[in-house]
Amino acid sequence: MEQESLARSIAQHPLVAGMSDEHVDFLSGCVRNARLDEGQFLFREGQRADELYLIRSGKLALEIHDGARGTIVAETVGGGDALGWSTLFPPYRWELDARGVHFAHLFAIDGACLRAKLEADHDFGYAFTRRLLNEVHSRLQRARLQALDVYRARP
Amino acid sequence: MPASAARLPVVLAAADLDALVQALAGRGYRVLGPVARDGAIVIDDVRHAADLPIGLEDVQGPGRYRLERREHDAFFAFTVGPHSWKQTFHVPVERLFQIRRHKEGFSVLPDATPRLHVALLGARACEIHAIEIQDRILIHGEHPDPRYAARRGDVFVVAVNCMRAGNTCFCASMGTGPRAERGFDLALTELIESGAHRFLIEIGSDEGAAVAAELPVRPANPEEIGAAASVSERTAAAMGRRLDTSGLKERLQKNLEHPRWDDVATRCLACGNCTMVCPTCFCVEFEDTTDLSGETAERTKRWESCFTLGFSHVHGGSVRSSIKARYRQWLTHKLAGWHDQFGSSGCVGCGRCITWCPVGIDITEEAAAVGLPEKDG
Amino acid sequence: MTVSSAPDPMLPEPLRIARAKRETHGVFTFELDVSARGGFPFLPGQFNMLYPFGAGESAISISSDPHQPDRLEHTIRAVGAVTRAIERLGRGDVVGVRGPFGSAWPIREAEGRDLVVIAGGIGLAPLRPVVYHALRRREAFGKVALLYGTRTPDDILYRKEIERWRGRLDVEVEVTVDTAGSDWRGNTGVVTKLISRAAFDPGRAFAMICGPEIMMRFCARELERLGVSLDRIWITMERNMRCGTGLCGHCQFGPSFVCKDGPVYRYDRVQDLLLVREV
Repeated sequence: MEQESLARSIAQHPLVAGMSDEHVDFLSGCVRNARLDEGQFLFREGQRADELYLIRSGKLALEIHDGARGTIVAETVGGGDALGWSTLFPPYRWELDARGVHFAHLFAIDGACLRAKLEADHDFGYAFTRRLLNEVHSRLQRARLQALDVYRARP
Repeated sequence: MPASAARLPVVLAAADLDALVQALAGRGYRVLGPVARDGAIVIDDVRHAADLPIGLEDVQGPGRYRLERREHDAFFAFTVGPHSWKQTFHVPVERLFQIRRHKEGFSVLPDATPRLHVALLGARACEIHAIEIQDRILIHGEHPDPRYAARRGDVFVVAVNCMRAGNTCFCASMGTGPRAERGFDLALTELIESGAHRFLIEIGSDEGAAVAAELPVRPANPEEIGAAASVSERTAAAMGRRLDTSGLKERLQKNLEHPRWDDVATRCLACGNCTMVCPTCFCVEFEDTTDLSGETAERTKRWESCFTLGFSHVHGGSVRSSIKARYRQWLTHKLAGWHDQFGSSGCVGCGRCITWCPVGIDITEEAAAVGLPEKDG
Repeated sequence: MTVSSAPDPMLPEPLRIARAKRETHGVFTFELDVSARGGFPFLPGQFNMLYPFGAGESAISISSDPHQPDRLEHTIRAVGAVTRAIERLGRGDVVGVRGPFGSAWPIREAEGRDLVVIAGGIGLAPLRPVVYHALRRREAFGKVALLYGTRTPDDILYRKEIERWRGRLDVEVEVTVDTAGSDWRGNTGVVTKLISRAAFDPGRAFAMICGPEIMMRFCARELERLGVSLDRIWITMERNMRCGTGLCGHCQFGPSFVCKDGPVYRYDRVQDLLLVREV
């Protein structure tokens, strides 16, 4: 019963919305609810990446710390975003820090469990990976635009 | 110049051409026309018919211009030179205003535009079309240029129908010549045959009729009218070049990435000569300066060319930094965008841009090549 | 034949600076005193040519409320010789003004629809009149969103005003910055991200975008991805505007003059030209 309601709420998340009930149910076996307080780190660069996150609400900063420049926020993410594809690929280590800016609710998807299911059912694997790819594509476009530093004054 | 019916053509003996110059001068016109100077036919004051380039012909080609004396005493056997009437109305340099600084801020003192009272002696059909085009832009647009309009206010036009085609011109294919159909007060066709040298004069306005009435003319006979028509026909047939304008606008606008632009860019020097000699190019630059005390400032307007790097400067650099982009801008504006902006082509087929291009780039050739499949090799 | 004495559009009109306000580093706002001339009517999106004595002219969009023609404001970024000369002026100084010139944001056409205003950097200034208008005539629109991206938190223009707008319940205001340190609690990331998260109906949305050309192209594609019809996306073009009247030729953009036919354009009419290099 609890699993069913979890599946229903996961299905609301933009990354999952539109997937078949069967696939959502299948995925929900790997999912737990999680929360993150303001100022708390969800993960730190270099640590083992063993969960993928779907953010339900709140705001997180993806940060990179550089000794000389201090902490740089690469992007903030919030409700509707997905986070943590390092959990899908070896060596399964985080490449930056994720810190809570506003209290956040998340779905945490267990990495090992998810990888096993992606392998076990390629239809599910395709549906899920495709959605993830779309997200990665948008993130890459945004990163490019950000790197262009378009608002800089050019005399 | 209201058109009125039944103004029959008249004939003036060539020996009496000076009577026309004096009649115009007598009406208070400053007579401007072709004179030979520094190896070219330029536009300057004409006080007597003898000031005209009698017996001279111009030999033109891409990047070439030479005057040659011939065994005739024709007044108008040449075509168009480096000058055009543009410099009379859309002047190359003019100060617009001075500004004086004072306690309350500053005051703007506009420069007055001297009133022109000029007669254009020897305007060709293509040039009359060019003046019409500039009028459309600078007088009849949304924001008229009051200085240009003032200069255009009081002008008497003596057209001359070309008796020769220049090697670089192509007015026949542009529908702008060689015969002047409108926009003149008087139109002359020079007739030289079997020892007789005379002008057939068509009358285009009431003032033209009044001027003609002061001249020692007689009514033209049908043979003379026919002879004048065949002068224009022969000239049209002898035209060295043509520009195929059908579908040209669309073809150019659809082919902004065609390899021909890269090709022409390897030849173009971006000198801007074509824009300076073009009778319709109207772009200008403004310069604001102050005197040494810093109390008086002024603004000057001068001809500018879209071939300069600074022309398209925006925050961060020039939009058109490559010569390819600048040539493409000029050509597509002239032959395509002009239709969108002003309802006609910006080209009258005078051929000046071909003749005065130091490397002989030919607008008719470039326009024809853009959009065509690339040749092998 | 005498020539009509139409006013010469090349003559600057001296106007006194009534108020000067620094917005951010290098960006400032001047309010000009137009009381003696009975106000300065303009349409949102139009610009003036500003002339600091003897130094040349610069095209600057009008950034004040179109419903208050007695207050004429320009927000200016000092990046070139002319704008730096303007920056050196202050309250009580006089600046020459010609205008208003150019096309306007289609605020009437947008009525009855969700209005999405997307600004990048100094591009907020030409859109501020649209925001004023939309807030005054709030009932004429569906949802209203202002999505604003800029470089860093220190570069946010009209900060107090944006905070006031954010306080209203009937307008969605989102701000994001390209770069920030960890002390910034707002959004970090590009403005396109805000578009997909904003609450508007793509099927009935009307978008107005102003910012650097690349940013506008990315935003227009994001709107297209969400299903906003391209003929309801409007952008502004920047070219070298010198005369303001289409007579000097410097601002040619394809078959149009940006100073006269623009600076506001319907996206679908220029999208092909935007992708040709060096037009």
